[in-house]
Amino acid sequence: MSDLTKLTIAGARDAMRKGDVTSAEITQACLTAIEGADALGAFVHKTPEIALAQAQAADARIKAGDAPAMCGIPLGIKDLFCTKGVPSQAASRILEGFKPEYESTVTGKLFDAGAVMLGKLNMDEFAMGSSNETSVYGPAINPWKVDDRNLTPGGSSGGSASAVAADLCLAATGTDTGGSIRQPAAFTGITGLKPTYGRVSRWGIVAFASSLDQAGPMTKDVRDCAIMLQAMCGHDARDSTSADLPVPDFEAALTGDIKGKTIGIPREYRMDGTPAEIEKLWSDGTAMLRDAGAKIVDISLPHTKYALPAYYVIAPAEASSNLARYDGVRFGHRAKLGAGDGITQMYEKTRAEGFGPEVQRRVMVGTYVLSAGFYDAYYNRARRVRTLIKRDFDDAFAAGVDAILTPATPSAAFGIGEMADADPIKMYLNDVFTVTVNLAGLPGIAVPTGRDAQGLPLGLQLIGRPWEEAELLNIAYRLETAAGFVAKPAKWW
Amino acid sequence: MSIDTETARRVAKLARIEVAEEALPALASEFNAILGFIEQLNEVDVDGVEPMTSVTPQRLTRRADVVTDGNQQAAVLKNAPDAREGFFAVPKVVE
Repeated sequence: MSDLTKLTIAGARDAMRKGDVTSAEITQACLTAIEGADALGAFVHKTPEIALAQAQAADARIKAGDAPAMCGIPLGIKDLFCTKGVPSQAASRILEGFKPEYESTVTGKLFDAGAVMLGKLNMDEFAMGSSNETSVYGPAINPWKVDDRNLTPGGSSGGSASAVAADLCLAATGTDTGGSIRQPAAFTGITGLKPTYGRVSRWGIVAFASSLDQAGPMTKDVRDCAIMLQAMCGHDARDSTSADLPVPDFEAALTGDIKGKTIGIPREYRMDGTPAEIEKLWSDGTAMLRDAGAKIVDISLPHTKYALPAYYVIAPAEASSNLARYDGVRFGHRAKLGAGDGITQMYEKTRAEGFGPEVQRRVMVGTYVLSAGFYDAYYNRARRVRTLIKRDFDDAFAAGVDAILTPATPSAAFGIGEMADADPIKMYLNDVFTVTVNLAGLPGIAVPTGRDAQGLPLGLQLIGRPWEEAELLNIAYRLETAAGFVAKPAKWW
Repeated sequence: MSIDTETARRVAKLARIEVAEEALPALASEFNAILGFIEQLNEVDVDGVEPMTSVTPQRLTRRADVVTDGNQQAAVLKNAPDAREGFFAVPKVVE
């Protein structure tokens, strides 16, 4: 086989089962590709010894004829997942040197299924960012390029997106609190799915905003998304919000038949200033689903406009609470103290040195909106608005909508550093189409369906009913087939 | 709602993040930009709307009130910046 790193999960699975290739061979090809790709800044902790040992064990299982679909598949793991004995620092200085004594549920499930870990992937610090520029490791770079500028792969799962798009791994884990799987997937021309809240266990994943965080797969196509999601989800007693529901066979749901399905097109997602290219991408995607036999209906999600402001109350509030644990006592960084410094100085200096500017900003905004006198005005009001945002979706689904089609992002990938002088709100607008889905706890998937005039990938988002990832994946599969997006970035790194 | 330097100092203190005196005005102005954006929420009629506590209708699951974990002192202390004699060590807290 020629270029093993370009394999999909499904392709590698089938080839390994037939005996055409071994996991050791695919894994070695990925490790070689990673060694030559430092310019992308995607892999920040490489684990070749673990990878080769896991690959060998996977090959033995495959040979014995009893291997699950993910067996022998080399993956990249976002730095937000705790991996036993391997640095897991959420791209933050405050977790420098932290090596967990335990394994996150998701990585544990993937490894039990025989998956191979190539290393840990770059991200925005504590998953707070939309361009991977808040990382302590420096930014990850998008393998797509149109001139001499380095472009962002998006964020926060920027390293995951860059690594999958550049064929450094077959797939990667991501996490999504406001769009952190779907926006980078769209920026790099790959597929990324955020499951229904509660579908995937959060145990062992460094927490950002616990009522919004979900982990999901970032893959080369929809089928791979289905296969990898299958291995990631399921009930976990260690996460009290984990749903005790049966997990359907997601891959088996990919029939491509969407005749009679109702697809909603929300009018509030037509926003002022949306580029004509994005509008066209959206109407082309709508036509593809219509041609496939779906019924297209206009719908209204009237509170859409308030999703971002509600998010920027709720997420920082939860973050300020979650990140209180970084105190320089139990793990990670502790500042050097001066003579006479007490415990308060230890906290304050440790957190000032350990957290980057965006994390500090969000922790303090969260502290403010939760402080006495403002709790009702900001936090409770935002939670009420969240109820209304969810109700908008409930109403649409109750009226018979099976899935909702929207753009994934308001633009294609932008240049590293181009937002540096912009006010933080401008960066936050990247999540305008994705954040509603987290607030409502719904499953959402970004699928690449076209390119802009410069040749950069663009994606559409499909939003599904709660717990109906199988149907969502099938509609995404049909969209993917119709769009026929096969472009790959030209190698420059 | 406008945040002044004094409020920024108080918030930094509450968040236990050291902020240099000269950085406070810029911080206050960033807070104002973000809070100005959040103010849009005041346009929404939320009368009679319950604040969301759980995005899925399920109740938090309960488990039996029994010990399921423990005896992992070494693992618990493994990542501590300063651990001595089986304890986390911190600067003197009481005089």
